[in-house]
Amino acid sequence: MKPLISAKHVSVYRDSQPILKDVSLDIGENDFTTIIGPNGAGKSMLLKCLMGFYAPDKGHVTPRVGLKIGYVPQRLTADPTIPITTRRFISQRKKVTKKEVLSVVEETGIEGSLEKPLSVLSGGELQRVLLARALLDSPELLVLDEPAQNLDITGQLGFYKLLDRVYHERNLSVLMVSHDLHLVMSSTKNVLCLFKEVCCMGEPRVVARDPEFVSLFGDDMAQLMASYQHHDHNHGHDHDHHHDHVHHEQGRTITQMPVSAQKVGHKDHA
Amino acid sequence: MLEPFVLRALAAGIGIALIAGPLGCFVVWRRMAYFGDSLAHSALLGIALGLLTGISSNLGTVLVCSAFALILLWLQHTRILATDTLLGILAHAALSLGMVAISFAGNQRFDLHSYLFGDILTVRMEDLYWIFGGGIIALTLLFKNWFSLLLMTIHEDLAKAEGVRTFWVNLLLMLLMTIVVAVSIRIVGILLITSLLAIPAATARQWVRSPEAMAVLAAIFGLLAVIGGIFASAYFDTPTGPSIVTAATAMFAFLFPIAALVKRQRAFP
Repeated sequence: MKPLISAKHVSVYRDSQPILKDVSLDIGENDFTTIIGPNGAGKSMLLKCLMGFYAPDKGHVTPRVGLKIGYVPQRLTADPTIPITTRRFISQRKKVTKKEVLSVVEETGIEGSLEKPLSVLSGGELQRVLLARALLDSPELLVLDEPAQNLDITGQLGFYKLLDRVYHERNLSVLMVSHDLHLVMSSTKNVLCLFKEVCCMGEPRVVARDPEFVSLFGDDMAQLMASYQHHDHNHGHDHDHHHDHVHHEQGRTITQMPVSAQKVGHKDHA
Repeated sequence: MLEPFVLRALAAGIGIALIAGPLGCFVVWRRMAYFGDSLAHSALLGIALGLLTGISSNLGTVLVCSAFALILLWLQHTRILATDTLLGILAHAALSLGMVAISFAGNQRFDLHSYLFGDILTVRMEDLYWIFGGGIIALTLLFKNWFSLLLMTIHEDLAKAEGVRTFWVNLLLMLLMTIVVAVSIRIVGILLITSLLAIPAATARQWVRSPEAMAVLAAIFGLLAVIGGIFASAYFDTPTGPSIVTAATAMFAFLFPIAALVKRQRAFP
């Protein structure tokens, strides 16, 4: 099967300084790829290139013909000078039926926000609304740019849990930039560690042990990530074997977080 | 009985108010007031162009203002200077160039005051064609791109991701403003055009819950201000532009506190 998006040798320069160097990446069907990297690593630029907002200086990006992308931006600063309700915002410029809207609203749990003006929603509510909007067209690929960046920890947990459910219930692919790798550990299939170029890429457990990853994020992050691993019978013969089992329960608590935490997530700063 | 010149001015004013209302909403939402002001300043160069070459000053204004918008877009794209710096340079350069050019034209009958503040006596039939022709084009383009513009205003990248060609839509919005500026000079004058865009929309904001309602209400407030201002101008012999803006401001000053009170009542009944 052709990949949803295929990027080959993508390079971007600004003022002759490289922002991205020779990045190649395929997004396949039902993939969950998380891009991590320090600030200024070119994560957002890579997303822009992949979505076709920005033409790379070298290399090319080929999306599958007719690919439907749902985009969830980092944040939405809803301007109070624009009078618009959440309900109206969600279906704005989309050709969808009321029934479709209702089902997405239910899926993302934003019933309570619908009639409110967009500008009074809290950070957590806004991110769910943005996710709902992105899901409306039944996209094949969901692209998220640090979607929980501005949420408190409960909001982050709630958002990632929702994303995990959406990913499993819908047959779609997810491409996400996120710093909260320890929180998405159990959902993500692939991690791409970026610092202008691809430092390492692969399953989270493999990336966490990659010397490049350790040198970029330090030992503590690697340890933290390793401790959130999913249980995997094939993880074989490495020394951390025992380690994984010890912290396994912690990983479970993350994925099985009680539903009530989602509701608490609304309490973050308005 | 209304004099023909008052009728012409009224027709012109109504046409301008109808387009300025919806477009003014975008001026408020996208913080384009300073852009509108700068655009209007550059219109003087267009008028000078008209005087020097003999083409219609309306056409001259549209040409110069469009060039102004394109140069601004290009300079913004270089990301070397902030937009307000660029606007400060371009607006005053165009204004000065315009004044210098006009003095070279040496036209004794040139009445700067009427261009700066508007004058109902100067509205000719030709201007009405410009206002209604330009107005219909502008409104049509605005309605066709309404949802794209709105989404782009809420979140630019979100609009891009959903297939809005933001560069062109942005350019379109700038060109629509040049049309409105060009056709409004006769009535409100270069210095006051932005207020006709911004004040009715700002007055409407607190009374509405949807973007479309704001556009319609802004057009209505604009109409009332224009009609009131033109009658005042004809009756008291005051300058037209300032009379219209005074009327608009009076509405704003009267309605703003009332809206705030109503909101409080609803919040704490």
